[in-house]
Amino acid sequence: MTTSKKLDAKIPSGPIQEMWDKHRFEMKLVNPANKRKYSAIVVGTGLAGGSAAASLAELGYRVEAFCIQDSARRAHSIAAQGGINAAKNYPNDGDSVWRLFYDTVKGGDYRSREANVYRLAQVSNSIIDQCVAQGIPFGRDYSGMLDNRSFGGAQVSRTFYARGQTGQQLLLGAYSAMMKEVGKDKIKLHVRKEMVDLVIINGKARGIIARDLVTGKITRHMADAVILATGGYGNAYYLSTNAMSSNGSAVYRAYKKGAFFANPCFTQIHPTCIPRHGESQSKLTLMSESLRNDGRVWVPKKTNDKRHPSQIPEEERDYYLERIYPSFGNLVPRDVASRNAKNQCDEDKGVGETGLAVNLDFRDAIKRDGLETVKAKYGNLFDMYERITDEDPYQVPMRIYPAIHYTMGGLWVDYNLMSTVEGLFILGEANFSDHGANRLGASALMQGLADGYFVIPYTLGNYFASNKFEAITTDDEAFVEAEKISNQLTDKLLAIKGKLTVDHFHKRLGEVMWEYVGMARNEAGLKKALKEIPKIREEFWQNVRIPGSGEELNIELEKACRVADFLELGELMARDALERVESCGGHFRDESQTDENEALRDDKKFAHVAAWEYKGEGKKPTKHLEELKFEYVPLSQRSYK
Amino acid sequence: MSSSKNMTLNLKVWRQKSKDAEGKMVDYQLKDVSPDSSFLEMMDQLNEELIAKGDDPVAFDHDCREGICGMCSLMINGRPHGPEDETTTCQLHMRKFSEGDTVVIEPFRARPFPVLRDLIIDRTALDTIMQAGGFVSVNTGNAAEASAVAICKCDSDLAMDAASCVGCGSCVAVCKNASAMLFVSAKVSQLALLPQGQVERRDRVLNMVKKMDELGFGNCTNEKECEAVCPKGIKITNIARLNREYMSAALF
Repeated sequence: MTTSKKLDAKIPSGPIQEMWDKHRFEMKLVNPANKRKYSAIVVGTGLAGGSAAASLAELGYRVEAFCIQDSARRAHSIAAQGGINAAKNYPNDGDSVWRLFYDTVKGGDYRSREANVYRLAQVSNSIIDQCVAQGIPFGRDYSGMLDNRSFGGAQVSRTFYARGQTGQQLLLGAYSAMMKEVGKDKIKLHVRKEMVDLVIINGKARGIIARDLVTGKITRHMADAVILATGGYGNAYYLSTNAMSSNGSAVYRAYKKGAFFANPCFTQIHPTCIPRHGESQSKLTLMSESLRNDGRVWVPKKTNDKRHPSQIPEEERDYYLERIYPSFGNLVPRDVASRNAKNQCDEDKGVGETGLAVNLDFRDAIKRDGLETVKAKYGNLFDMYERITDEDPYQVPMRIYPAIHYTMGGLWVDYNLMSTVEGLFILGEANFSDHGANRLGASALMQGLADGYFVIPYTLGNYFASNKFEAITTDDEAFVEAEKISNQLTDKLLAIKGKLTVDHFHKRLGEVMWEYVGMARNEAGLKKALKEIPKIREEFWQNVRIPGSGEELNIELEKACRVADFLELGELMARDALERVESCGGHFRDESQTDENEALRDDKKFAHVAAWEYKGEGKKPTKHLEELKFEYVPLSQRSYK
Repeated sequence: MSSSKNMTLNLKVWRQKSKDAEGKMVDYQLKDVSPDSSFLEMMDQLNEELIAKGDDPVAFDHDCREGICGMCSLMINGRPHGPEDETTTCQLHMRKFSEGDTVVIEPFRARPFPVLRDLIIDRTALDTIMQAGGFVSVNTGNAAEASAVAICKCDSDLAMDAASCVGCGSCVAVCKNASAMLFVSAKVSQLALLPQGQVERRDRVLNMVKKMDELGFGNCTNEKECEAVCPKGIKITNIARLNREYMSAALF
């Protein structure tokens, strides 16, 4: 296997421990007085976008930030509950940068890029320092020092948390840093504005076309670089734990403009979500993985056992994770926990009305630590569970089932987080680089903030200092053309005036994705998905009904634009899954498993990043490979036994 | 899926085409609502029916549907976020309603929160208050080692209580003065309780309160309605702390 010429990851030479320091020294700097001459557009104000916008503005660059919500404080990073990893080793339990690096590469099932992951582990400690300085009230112990909890895929306690609202607190920290800069006019903030196209001039990303979601007006925005931090594309499945407006349109449209899409099939199913209630379900709610620290997962040993959990005696319960994986027990990585839950349900051992759930039981934790301790740790999560299900988890075990939660795939980036389009940088969940085929818990927050606070401020400066930027205006032909295409798209959608709603098509796509491109995939199913998705797409373009016009606040039009992209992106995900004939992390192919039903990698053929290049409407995209070399964490079969 | 548990509701919903258009209440009967649906899933169901009939769907704000992003709002039967204590609209479930109930659904109303369409309002005034001081002025890279300063768990926990604010604006919507005091006090308290917030303590409280006044929010007259409806249980002891902070900053 050789790496495609189009995919130069620009990994610095030398030992991995010194790469980032060496690179930082070698990168060019922009003189402080010259920084104000450069401008950047940041799309998305989650952890990655918010931290990037604030940090770049602090350095003196002119920043324009965009979000689709009514405020920069609402991005879906806010919903992360459990925590953020860092290699501080405060508990003195053997953690180090090297161990965090090692765990992340192994947890990602050897499909991430070692150099990027090492840097992530390296800057993790600075993130905690920065967040504490911003006044983020992390959990503390009675000595007043920072507390840590443990999380799946690690045998040390390295996770910092703010009750069950860590994502909220970290995001509000980044948001407050942004507000500080908005107040000083260093960031121009656009709320309720959605990027609809990327503008490339002379081979460089130089701006975006945006749609004002209140007035419908299409506007042009130019800059010297464009940063996308627009999150993942899990809503391709309709039901996921993503927020309702989370979407893949910004990255998909950048893909259509030449940014390669890497490993689109790498999606993560989270094992601890609240099972669906019925047809009107609009999204799924996740219960933090931290619950697996104290909750024990079990199903009845007998099949189709419909007894109330309290009537099932100890010897008739199967604590299957503890049984199969004695050393990690309930704390196995997410993909392993999810698949095992599915296996139990497939064997008719599932619980609840639908049989599509397993128990997560706190009985023993309450007995051991007392009700108050459990309440202090997980109170808000238990309340949330009770509100949704009308059952008291202090009395009855929670019922959980896996759901789509995160997408490890995303736009391909090099070591500097630049995509295959010059001047287009991708941060956070929107890029592909750090989590391989499976993300460990409490690592998404770490990556978002690492990219925004501690990577892009350096690499963007280097890009500015190393390039010449010719003067442009928003009257440039590329802007005019991109605006025209954006207007045509909305006009075309509004002109269909069909019979079925946007949600109807989104749900149908979601069903195909979950069934054939979900937790376990196989050749026949993926081929079926590749037939079904284009059919749904065709019908969508003939029969979708969008009331109203393009010159007003139009919630159906917003959704339709996003679903139109999911209907193409879903196909790309299925295609990538079909061609990766191995199991790794969250990508499980039925054809590729060990005798014990564990994911079986094929490192000879697939130790690579598959990066897809758009070739035009109706044409098969071209696959480019980046070979992955594991020089520091030797390739081995993951085992959590 | 129809089920015998499902109910029929009589909805009265505020419809307003745009910011400057005149609005009115419109009646809709909605059948077959599952008690397991969330309130917003009930609204989705209404919208699917309206679109099928050729009407415009009801525009409302929502995003995470997990009770944390603060995007959802709605006055439900005269109470922000509906009848359940410490519950956002997206986490309210239809099992709290009964067959045949009339449900009145309006936007949050306050002068600083203009209606943009139907139930969608503009809350950027809250961000503007934050820009006046809702932060610690520490630039990226300029932080000391995280464990350098120990913080009493009691203070840290109180700060966390205040920091839980989701910025939904229900405190403003319910207050007869349209005061944003609970919102402002939550941020002022969080940062006043922590050592990191000390340097800018005085300027922060003065600037945030000044901005709040400028934007047309009213003052607090101790009705405690904000505390009663806050979906995150933010206490008005924070307003007391805000007043103390303001007094000492203004006087000394």
